[in-house]
Amino acid sequence: MASQLPGTHQAEADRLIAPGHDLGTITDRISEIVLQRQTPRGWWIGFAIGFCVFQLLLVAMGYLLFVGIGVWGPNVPIGWGFDIINFVWWIGIGHAGTLISAILLLLRQEWRTSINRFAEAMTLFAVSCAAFYPIFHTGRPWLAIYWLLPYPNTMGLWPNFRSPLIWDVFAVTTYATVSALFWFVGLIPDLATLRDRAKSKPWKIVYGILAMGWRGSAKHWHNYETAYLLLAALATPLVVSVHTVVSFDFATGIVPGWHATIFPPYFVAGAIYAGFAMVLTLAIPLRKFYKLEDFITLKHLENMAKVMLATGLIVGYGYMMEAFFAWYSGVEYETYMMKNRMFGPYWWAYWLLILCNVVAPNLLWVKNLRTSVPFLFGISFVVSIGMWLERYVIIVTSLHRDFLPSSWGMYQGTIFDWAAFVGTLGLFVTLLFLFVRFLPAISIAEMRTLHVKEEERK
Amino acid sequence: MRNHGAIHGILAEFHSPDEVVEAAKKVHEAGYTKVDAYSPYPIEELIEALDLHKSHLPKIVLIGGILGFLGGWALEYWAAVIEYPMNIGGRPLFSWPAFIVPAYETTILCAAFGAVFGMLALNGLPQPYHPVFNVPGFALASRDRFFICIESRDPKFDREAIRKFFGTIGAHVVSEVEH
Repeated sequence: MASQLPGTHQAEADRLIAPGHDLGTITDRISEIVLQRQTPRGWWIGFAIGFCVFQLLLVAMGYLLFVGIGVWGPNVPIGWGFDIINFVWWIGIGHAGTLISAILLLLRQEWRTSINRFAEAMTLFAVSCAAFYPIFHTGRPWLAIYWLLPYPNTMGLWPNFRSPLIWDVFAVTTYATVSALFWFVGLIPDLATLRDRAKSKPWKIVYGILAMGWRGSAKHWHNYETAYLLLAALATPLVVSVHTVVSFDFATGIVPGWHATIFPPYFVAGAIYAGFAMVLTLAIPLRKFYKLEDFITLKHLENMAKVMLATGLIVGYGYMMEAFFAWYSGVEYETYMMKNRMFGPYWWAYWLLILCNVVAPNLLWVKNLRTSVPFLFGISFVVSIGMWLERYVIIVTSLHRDFLPSSWGMYQGTIFDWAAFVGTLGLFVTLLFLFVRFLPAISIAEMRTLHVKEEERK
Repeated sequence: MRNHGAIHGILAEFHSPDEVVEAAKKVHEAGYTKVDAYSPYPIEELIEALDLHKSHLPKIVLIGGILGFLGGWALEYWAAVIEYPMNIGGRPLFSWPAFIVPAYETTILCAAFGAVFGMLALNGLPQPYHPVFNVPGFALASRDRFFICIESRDPKFDREAIRKFFGTIGAHVVSEVEH
């Protein structure tokens, strides 16, 4: 390779843990973030901002429950608006966590080790944020459970298992549960480390209860390793199935712009694309403020950029095929849908989407940009916006002009739609701040294994 | 069986993974059977050296998956065909292709429950008390130290002999584990 980097710099860029660490320093460095007595001021500021923004969500949802679902924008013919856009957006973001922890584990990609823990946390929090929308879109959630979940109710009613929406309920709840289990299993040895190293009695007890008596015995590790691998093997088909099922919500409908067989793979690729963008958005400040550059190295960031580039190209291919099939099908409604997307009243959303998701990721071909931290931080936001627009385009432009011109309409989010969206961002930030304060953001036990492997390789 | 019951066992501390693996092999060769080793991260060689049985976990996960699939499928069949038959677009009541997705998800869900709760059960967790934590230096087992414990229920257990034996195989500190 005609790389401009000098040899030493190159070798350093390939390392997953900076030199000069041993098992002890890795343990101390990661656990001190949690165990330090003084909470850094920056943490309080970030947490306070997130928590304030989170209040918007409570206000928006409270008002919705008080007045009714009409405070949101969706109405005939656009029955799905921000609620489903944001739901799909958040679920998609969640995918990177499971991909990093499960699929990259099975593929033996060792660089996943220092980013999997907080990526998994990100998954859980993103799924929690996603859950708000469909639940509150039912208007009175406590009256909606009987047609969502199968349980014996006094009306003797059961869910319709032929409906993709019920598949979605099963896929997303399973996903949330398995992600939480996977995350917690990964945490057990680290909780034991925190229990053994906590200085104050109350924290020793808290971490002790959570660690459940883990003592790192060979017998423990033996079963633990088996469990972890099996969970990864189970989470892999699961993560692929979740966004596939989400895409069925659309693809099984007959609306032009939804009824496409390319939806499942292109949704999954888009989810990974959005998820890695969010991992970069979080990893870059995390490594900077907590000085974790030794563990989350430039190599990690570059690899994530490469995954983003690859999945971005798949997403671009998806857009291309949507346009191609609209034309090739020769169906009047399909052709009109595509023309309307590109040149109709929502043309700006479509072309912004192409700019963010097709043009922008191609900059990642350039090595200098791919290894520039500020650039990656910037592009991660561009991608997140692009993926939000993708769902906006798919949902709004498909619904607003379908078969009958007499029932065409326009849609825009109301202030309560926006408040709910911004509010979930606040919830997400709040949960992430709590997570980095109370739990190790990097898996200590896995970093020890990685360290030993890197030493052997030398 | 001398000294049985007085203590939990004898714990030896090692400073590197190579040391502990070597020592574990020798402990195994010497014929001790009630032995456990402690390390801050999983060491495959250590598990091999102690000749632990194959984990039963995969079987539990398989059973979980099968039960999950059958349970999910039965739930769908029962709800859609027996308890609440609904004519939707003239489709047959037992429209099985539509039942695949929820059953697929319950399969994964129950298999994952099997993996997590099976692992905890096989490891005897949660366990509120274990004598090995009585040794002051043991807290380092979750940092950078390695330990081997020969337990007093071992048929060959003999305090003095084991203390000496640990000395010959490179233990840095040897301590008795109180109950």
